[in-house]
Amino acid sequence: MKAAVRYSCLVVFTAVLALNMVMVSRTFAADPPDAAPTVLLIQNATILTVSHGTIEHGSILIRDGKIAEVGQSIAKPQGAEVIDANGQFVMPGIIDCHSHIAVDGSVNEGSVSVSSMVNIADVLNPDDIDIYRDLAGGVTVANVLHGSANSIGGQTVVIKLRWGAPASRLPFEGAVPGIKFALGENPKRSNFSVRGQEKRYPSTRMGVEETIRAAFTEARDYKSRWDDYNKRTSAGEKNLIPPRRDLRLDPLVEVLEGKRYVHAHCYREDEILMLLRVAKEFGFKVRTLQHVLEGYKVADEIAASGAGASTFSDWWAYKVEAYDAIPYNAAIMTRRGVLVSINSDDAEEATHLNQEAAKSIRYGGLSREEALKMVTINPAMQLGIDKRVGSIDVGKDADLVIYNHDPLSAYAVVQKTLIDGRVYFDRARDIAERADREKEKKALIEKEKKAAEKKTEDKKSEDKKQNEKKPDEKPKPPQGSVGSATGETNVVRAECAGARGAL
Amino acid sequence: MRYPRATTMFRNWLFFVMALALPWIVRAQQSTPKADAPKAYALVHAKIFTLAGAPIENGTLIIRDGKIAAVGGQVEVPQDAQVINGEGLQIYPGLFDPITQMGLREIGAVNSTVDSTETGNYNPDVVALTAVSPSSEHIPVTRVAGITEVLAVPASGGMDSFGPSGVIGGQASAIYLSGWTVDDMQLKRSVAMVVNWPEIQTKTFDFATFSRKEKPYPEAKQEYDKQVTELTDWIERARHYAQAMGHGGPADFARDLKLEALVPVVRGQLPLLIVADRSREIRNAIEFCDKQNLKMILAGGSEAYKLKDMLRSRSIPVILRPVLTLPLDEDDPYDRLLSQPAELSAAGVKFAFGSFDNSFARRLGQNAANAVAYGLPYDEALKAVTLYPAQIFGLADQVGTLESGKIANVIVTNGDPLEITSEVRYLFIRGQLTSLDNRQKRLFEKYSARPKP
Repeated sequence: MKAAVRYSCLVVFTAVLALNMVMVSRTFAADPPDAAPTVLLIQNATILTVSHGTIEHGSILIRDGKIAEVGQSIAKPQGAEVIDANGQFVMPGIIDCHSHIAVDGSVNEGSVSVSSMVNIADVLNPDDIDIYRDLAGGVTVANVLHGSANSIGGQTVVIKLRWGAPASRLPFEGAVPGIKFALGENPKRSNFSVRGQEKRYPSTRMGVEETIRAAFTEARDYKSRWDDYNKRTSAGEKNLIPPRRDLRLDPLVEVLEGKRYVHAHCYREDEILMLLRVAKEFGFKVRTLQHVLEGYKVADEIAASGAGASTFSDWWAYKVEAYDAIPYNAAIMTRRGVLVSINSDDAEEATHLNQEAAKSIRYGGLSREEALKMVTINPAMQLGIDKRVGSIDVGKDADLVIYNHDPLSAYAVVQKTLIDGRVYFDRARDIAERADREKEKKALIEKEKKAAEKKTEDKKSEDKKQNEKKPDEKPKPPQGSVGSATGETNVVRAECAGARGAL
Repeated sequence: MRYPRATTMFRNWLFFVMALALPWIVRAQQSTPKADAPKAYALVHAKIFTLAGAPIENGTLIIRDGKIAAVGGQVEVPQDAQVINGEGLQIYPGLFDPITQMGLREIGAVNSTVDSTETGNYNPDVVALTAVSPSSEHIPVTRVAGITEVLAVPASGGMDSFGPSGVIGGQASAIYLSGWTVDDMQLKRSVAMVVNWPEIQTKTFDFATFSRKEKPYPEAKQEYDKQVTELTDWIERARHYAQAMGHGGPADFARDLKLEALVPVVRGQLPLLIVADRSREIRNAIEFCDKQNLKMILAGGSEAYKLKDMLRSRSIPVILRPVLTLPLDEDDPYDRLLSQPAELSAAGVKFAFGSFDNSFARRLGQNAANAVAYGLPYDEALKAVTLYPAQIFGLADQVGTLESGKIANVIVTNGDPLEITSEVRYLFIRGQLTSLDNRQKRLFEKYSARPKP
C-alpha cells in the first residue's frame, strides 16, 4: 500500500485512482477548532528559531495570530493563554514544497501535454483527511501541485493546512501562484503503456523540450498581440478588436511576466539544463526544480540560474531516472549555493519531513541548522512567502510545531501544531477524544445495520403482500422501503460529519 | 498475471543502461571479502550491546573464522588479531530485515530488472535465492544502514507491486548482504513459504482497460472462496503426496515438484509467511492454519492489533509493515500504524519490523525508532530488527545477538543504530570486515569533486 502511494510520483494518476478505489466512506470536514486566543504565550521551550539560533527555556508571545515577541523570558500579559512547553521543542511550521493533499479526484489532466488552463485551486477538498494527518506531522503550509503527466501541467496553489476551514480559506493569502512543469519519464509516459491506448506526444525528452518551447513561442506571440493592443489603446486608438482570450496561454504569459512561479518536476541532469536553457531563451525564471534527483551533478548551473531545488531525502531506484539518486543530493546542492528544500510528494512522507531533513546531516554532513532550514525557511523562500512564515521571528505568522523531543530525531512526536496562532492539532486532545469517537462510530454502524435489517424486512413483507395479491395485478416497485432506507443512510452520513467533527 | 510494463524498445534501452553501469557493478563486487583478510579481529574499548544480556561497557569482541569467538568485559586479545579501537563507539548485532526483494529487483519500473514475482497463482517451488543478483546496487546501499542479513521474499510487493502477486508466491531465502557469489550469500535457502492471503475485493483496478471496476459482494466472496478452496486443495494434495513419499519409493508415485515443495510445509518444518493486513483476512488465515495444522508467520499485519489475543495464544509472530504508513481507514487514529507495535508488545505478541522493499530497506531503523516514539520500549524495538526476526525464521542459533559461537554479523556505530543521524563505522558479515562503499557514495565523491564550470 505504502509502496503504491510512494510510487505516486511515477504513476500518480494510477495511484489516485487506486486510492479512490479503496476509499469506502466519504470524508467530512472537522468543525473549525476553537477560535484562536488573541494572546497566547508558549513558555519554557527549546526554541529553534531557524533565523537566529536556539533559545533554551525560551518563550514566544503570540498576538492576533502573529509572533509578537521571542525571547528568554517574557512576562505573561494579562489574559494571555499559556502553553507550558517545558522540556519540549518549538520550531516553525513545516513547509512542504511538493504536495498532492487536499485535491479532489485525479491530480493529472493527462489528456494533453500542455494543460496550463486547469487550476488546482478549483478542486481543493478541505475534507481530505490527509490535511489532518499532515498537520499531525507538523506541516502548516503545502505547495499543492498537479501530477507530472504533462510537460506543462496546471496551475498550483500554496495552502495553509487550516483543517476545518472551507476550501476558500485554505489558500495562503498573497502567495504567488505557480504552475507545474514536468520533464523526463513521466510526461513522455515511459512507464504508463496501456494496452489499446495510443501513445501520446511527446514520448521522448526531445519532444518534451519541443512541447515547452512551442507553448512559450505561442505565449510570446499572444503576449505581444496583447501588448500591442494595450499600447495602441492607451495611445488613444479607438475601435480596436482585442486579441482573443486564450485560457491556456494566459498563465504562460504570467510566467513570462514573472507573476507566476514555475515548479518543474525533473530528474536527470540533461533535462534540468534543458529547461534552464529554454527558460533563459524565453526570459523567464524557473522558481523551483522539483525532485531534481540528479541536481547534484549540475549544482553549479542550478545555482547560477537562481532556481531553487526541492528534493527527496533518500528515494531511489523506482525508475531509471531515479537510479542515480543519492541521499547526498541536498547536501551537495546546498554546498554549491543552491537554495534547497526537502519535500514529500506524498501524504505519508509529509508527516515526518523533519526526520527526512535530518538525513542530510548523516548523508553529506550538513549542520543541524542547514537541515532545519530545508523544511522551513528554504521552502518559504522558494514559494515567496518567507516574509510571513519559515522562521520564528517577531511579526511573522504564528505557524509553529511543538515536539516532545529534538525534531531532528526519529524519536520526536508532534504535540501541537499551530497556524496563525491557533491550535489546529493537539495530540493530547486527539487521544482524549478517541474513545468517544469510537463509541459514536459503533452507534452509527449499529444504526446502519438496523436500517439494512429494516430494509430486508420491508422487502420480505412487500414480497409477501405481492404473493397474496391476485395474479393479474401488476406488482408495484417497492418504492417505499427503498426510499426509507436511503433516507436512513443520509441521516447516518450527516451524523458521520459530526463524528468527524470531533477530530 | 503481471501488468506488462516494459516494451522491447525499453528493454534494449535498459541493456544500454546496464552496459553503462558495468564499471559500477565490477567495482561493487570488489567490496566483498578479499583473499588476504586477517583471520581474526578484536574490537576493543567499545560499549557492546549483545542483546543477550546487559550492555558491556569497555568491552571486547573477538571474531575468528567468521564467528564470534568471545565477547565480554575481560577478554584477552589474541596475538594474530587485527585490533580495532572502538573507543566512543558502540557494537550491535547487524540488523536483519525480514521482508525485502533484495537482489530480485533493481529498478522497479524496468520489468527486465525485476524477478520478484512469478506469474501464476501457485508457485510453491520457486525459490528466491535462485534469482538473487549478488551485484545488485541495493545490497551495498542497504549495508550502510547497518543491515547485514535480509530475507529475499518472492511475491512480497514493493515498488513493482502493481497487479496480483499470486497466492502461493514461492520460498523466501535468508541471505547475507555480502558475497562473491549467491552461494556465499546464502544463510538459508528456504525459510518460509509465501502466501498472499486472498482478499474479498469488491473494488479492483483493471490495468488492461485502466479503469476501476466494482463487483457485487457475493461475486467477490465467491472468488475469495474459490481461491481459499484451491489453497486448501494444494495443502491437502501435498499431504497425500507426503504420505506417498513416506510409504514408497520414487517408482510408486509420479514426482510433482510443486507438491514436493509443499511437503516441508505440511510436515510443519517450513512456516507459511502469510501476507494479510485486514483483520478479516488475518482471522481467516489463522483459522485456516489452525484447521490445516500449519505453522504460520503473519506478514503485513496492519490490523494485527484487532487479533492480538488470537495471535498471542497461538504464538503466531508478525512481520510488521513499516510504521511510517498511513492508516488503512480514514477514521482510524492518525497514528494507528505508529502505535501498533507498542500495543502488540504489551499484549505479548512477538513481532519484527520489515521494510517490504529494497530502496526503503535503509529506513528499517527509522521505522523501529518511530515505534519507540509512540510507546514501544526501546529494547524491544532493537530486538525487533535483530533477534526477533532471527528467532521467527529459526535462525537465532546463527544470527541476531552477539554471543560466542554465532556468526559474526556485527556493526560498530557512533550511536544508536535506529537513529537517523547515526553512522555505521565498521560492518562485519560472516566475520569479514565489509566495505561501506557503494554506488551512491561514489557518486557523492565524484560530483563533490567536480570543478566549478
